[in-house]
Amino acid sequence: MTSQRFFIRRYTPELGAWARLTARDSLVRRLDWILLGACLMLSVIGTLLVWSATRNRTELNSGDTYAYLLKHLINIGIGVALMVGTVWLGHRTLRTAVPFLYGLSVLLVTLVLTPLGATINGAHAWIKAGGLSLQPSEFCKITIILGMAMLLAARVDAGDRLHPDHRTVMQALGMAVLPMAITMLMPDLGSVMVMAVIVLGVLLASGASNRWVIGLCTTGAVGAVMVWQLGVLDEYQINRFAAFANPELDPAGVGYNTNQARIAIGSGGLLGKGLFHGSQTTGQFVPEQQTDFIFTVAGEELGFLGAGLIILLLGIVMWRCCRIARDTTELYGTIVAAGITAWFAFQAFENIGMTLGIMPVAGLPLPFVSYGGTSMFAVWIAIGLLLSIRIQRPVSA
Amino acid sequence: MSNIPETGRSSRVTIRLVAIQVLVFSLLATLGGRLWYLQIRNGDEYSAEAAGNHVQQVVQPAVRGSILDARGVPLADNETRLVVSASRTELMKMKDDGEAVLARLAEVLDMTPEEVAEKVRLCDSKTPQPCWNGSPYQPIPVTDEATTQQALQIRERAEEFPGITAEPTAVRRYPAPDKARTSQVLGYLSPVTDEEIKKAENSRSPLLRSDQIGRSGLERAYDDALRGKAGVTRYEVDKLGRVMGEQRNDKSEAGSSVITSIDSRVQAVAEKELEKAMKEARKQMDRNTNRLYEADAGAVVVMEAKTGRVVAMASNPDYDPNAWVGGISGKDYARMTDKKSNYPLLNRAIQGQAAPGSIFKVVSTAAALQAGYDFDGRYNCGSSYSIGNQVFKNFESQNHGPISLGRALEVSCDTVFYALGHEQWRKDGGLTPHKDAKNWFYRTAHQFGLGAETGIDLPNEVTGRVPDRKWKKDFWKANKDNWCKIAKKWPEKKDYVTQLSRENCLEGMKLHAFDSVNYSIGQGDTLVTPIQMAAIYGAISNGGTLYNPTVGKAIVSPDGKRVERIEPKSHAKLPISKANLAKMDKALEGVATRGTAAWRFGGWPQDKIAMHAKTGTAEVYGKQTTSWFATYTKDYAIVMTISQGGTGSGASGPAVRNIYNALYGVGGKGGINKKKALLYKPQDELPKIGKDGTIESPEPPKKPVKVGRRSE
Repeated sequence: MTSQRFFIRRYTPELGAWARLTARDSLVRRLDWILLGACLMLSVIGTLLVWSATRNRTELNSGDTYAYLLKHLINIGIGVALMVGTVWLGHRTLRTAVPFLYGLSVLLVTLVLTPLGATINGAHAWIKAGGLSLQPSEFCKITIILGMAMLLAARVDAGDRLHPDHRTVMQALGMAVLPMAITMLMPDLGSVMVMAVIVLGVLLASGASNRWVIGLCTTGAVGAVMVWQLGVLDEYQINRFAAFANPELDPAGVGYNTNQARIAIGSGGLLGKGLFHGSQTTGQFVPEQQTDFIFTVAGEELGFLGAGLIILLLGIVMWRCCRIARDTTELYGTIVAAGITAWFAFQAFENIGMTLGIMPVAGLPLPFVSYGGTSMFAVWIAIGLLLSIRIQRPVSA
Repeated sequence: MSNIPETGRSSRVTIRLVAIQVLVFSLLATLGGRLWYLQIRNGDEYSAEAAGNHVQQVVQPAVRGSILDARGVPLADNETRLVVSASRTELMKMKDDGEAVLARLAEVLDMTPEEVAEKVRLCDSKTPQPCWNGSPYQPIPVTDEATTQQALQIRERAEEFPGITAEPTAVRRYPAPDKARTSQVLGYLSPVTDEEIKKAENSRSPLLRSDQIGRSGLERAYDDALRGKAGVTRYEVDKLGRVMGEQRNDKSEAGSSVITSIDSRVQAVAEKELEKAMKEARKQMDRNTNRLYEADAGAVVVMEAKTGRVVAMASNPDYDPNAWVGGISGKDYARMTDKKSNYPLLNRAIQGQAAPGSIFKVVSTAAALQAGYDFDGRYNCGSSYSIGNQVFKNFESQNHGPISLGRALEVSCDTVFYALGHEQWRKDGGLTPHKDAKNWFYRTAHQFGLGAETGIDLPNEVTGRVPDRKWKKDFWKANKDNWCKIAKKWPEKKDYVTQLSRENCLEGMKLHAFDSVNYSIGQGDTLVTPIQMAAIYGAISNGGTLYNPTVGKAIVSPDGKRVERIEPKSHAKLPISKANLAKMDKALEGVATRGTAAWRFGGWPQDKIAMHAKTGTAEVYGKQTTSWFATYTKDYAIVMTISQGGTGSGASGPAVRNIYNALYGVGGKGGINKKKALLYKPQDELPKIGKDGTIESPEPPKKPVKVGRRSE
């Protein structure tokens, strides 16, 4: 019955603007509101948490309680605008610009290694120009996904092949390795790890041969063992890595962070201590709390229910990502959506996992929640891509 | 799924997408599980850790209660000193970490900036003393001897001295009224140790790092009551130690005061007389050793006979308890604990033990009566008593012929008791005791409370020793290895020690005839403390009740509303019938009137105040004789001893007589002036306690230091 009504409306030229907006195949109707809603909710929660974490940090906000709240809201605004822009352009349009975007992002990452680069919190991963600071590796995550997708999907979407051939896979891998290697030189190990997982997700979704997938995993594992065994790393670096499980290995450094993070989260209990009332947060016992350790604020002040809600919302985002990857008919869209899924999933798992003491500490922000401009822009652009993939998927006849 | 793609979406891709989805959700589930584990399962543990993270305590010490004498005169109280302290938390907030402020402070206090800096720096493994060992959140005392002038300078220019306070603070003081130091009875305080803090953690009155704790004497025995409860303010602090708010504030509660039965005037007389007697003894020639008497230590106890309350207790050598206030200096401590000073920290009235000599004969007499001998029977007091080829001489080889037990006490006839002791030893089976051996002489000593603590309310009392068959056996077991080792040199080496060791090695487990003979007159291995003998002579005076001696009389809460009296408590009755006790009492009166102590009580108003006495001169191997003098009236018992001091009446007699003179107001010719009497009758009532809790003292304490502007 309803479909008949829509059918009629669709062909009625005198329909009003509202009706057009709400028509079955209208842009608004086809937007993934669940995905968008979950992301916006995460951003709102994140805003409150960032505010709570920075209110008292006078050495950061120079006495202005609202400074970070305001900056964070602006970041979200820019992020949402970038998302709208991405949807407006459409991922297919963007497909043609991929080589340019890829080149731009690689150039920006390379700039970090030049005197323009800046070190923030021990990570040399930033470009500072004027009052702005940019973390180009965040954009690289997107361009790696887009670039690989473009190469891998080209012949499949053209109907030439069922799966990408070895040559294409090798080209795609080469494309990913360049920005990864540059990022590694910074060094920004956390981002490299995320990129590696993205590559794995992209390869999986592209339908590349199992040999590639297994080979890639094996290379990663062997590489890790070799780094460990050949003594490339100093003992303190190994300790630092292992301190997430045993804080005593690095009690003054990472061990302190993980220990305080665990105390903050653990003391939150079921309902938390209430927003702005966490003693660990107001006492500034957890370092980097507005960025990498934002989840500890949620754990302490909002408790199991609040922190669990964040995980649940992230779960909804992933679920929508997977749905979009599966529902789209072109491989290009599938690969992009799967790459974004891998990115979000791993980064969220790594970020929350390190605050909970089950993952080693790496400087990665929690998507949508952590304070940080570039990261915020990148995840919203990714959402724009996802929405665009969903909107532009051909409606089944 | 129903959507069959137009282009070639392969099933491989679909399967892999499902795999990705499963992987993603299992990761999220892992996070959820871990979150539950931390927050719900172990939440309490982390809450406790978080709470410990951000709370710092600041302690306001409680004012320690006073120790007062029976009339309310303070023996230990607190004086107000001006303490200048620096708050580290305040100083650290300044740009130069408070350096400028400390420099200004040093100038005001006439100290060098280095001295001040050393006082306020925190102790750690690399910092040598002096440094601050307490909590960094606690105001750190820079000096406790600031003048009023200096305190005013600091207070009036508060803006120049942020974080610096000059407060009148209570500091312990031992005012020594009438020059009565009462050193060992009062004891002393010293800072609490880590173990003590740990031990008291879960008790009713937990200790704080800044606490001083009673280490000996009354300060230790009544520490719980005296200490009160320190106030604790808990501040919430952030990671950098900045105070964010006040969490809880427990007000400090002042400690209770302890009223003792000590009379500072009597105490002063006792201390003075003891000192005098010892000095006098050191001028006397010892005919046995041909040296002057050493008189190296002594003690005297003045006790209420009917209650066991201690009116005075002196031990010599003594010390000034004020040396401990504000931390004892290393020099003072070394002096107090080295051998040359003969350990002035010991309270010899309860911790000094020696053979009692003839003052033990009251125990032997009671033992003989229990064994069935008649008090008025006839016992030969010959000049000596022989067992085999061993001859035991009477004192100065006197010969009194057959006399009663009473007369034997009066003239202190050794041979009578030798015979009784030896006879009982034989009856018990001699070297091989019967199963039902009565051991009357030893049993009676135990019944008199010897070989056990009297239960006085002072710490570390010693038990003395009754050298009975069991002790002999135990002592032999403990020492036989050593004895037998020395004995191996026999017969090449034939000195006294080797010979004695040989005898002990072979026969030391047995109670020998000569043991029982020596024991019967309180010689040999017998050890008693002055307080034990005071309790016994007090019991003879009061009709046979052995009291636990007490120094504390009442505990008064700081507001004066709660007064908890410490009632006299008895722990035994003397095993002697009323009739026999009366006879013994008569005999001991005879000692004072016509016996061995008579020459010391010439002109004593015996008809008004019946004096009883027993002298004792105990021999110690390798040392000069110990002087003992045990006396009592119907109200008081006084026991005095001087180590290496000579005879009982000779060395201790005049001192004891003078103490009685002072107590009863007896003049040189035996007249009694009750107005001059310090304590004609024991004082049972407590001093007056005012409505505000102040305890009235007949002697007003010295004026405390006053600050011009007191913030009250």
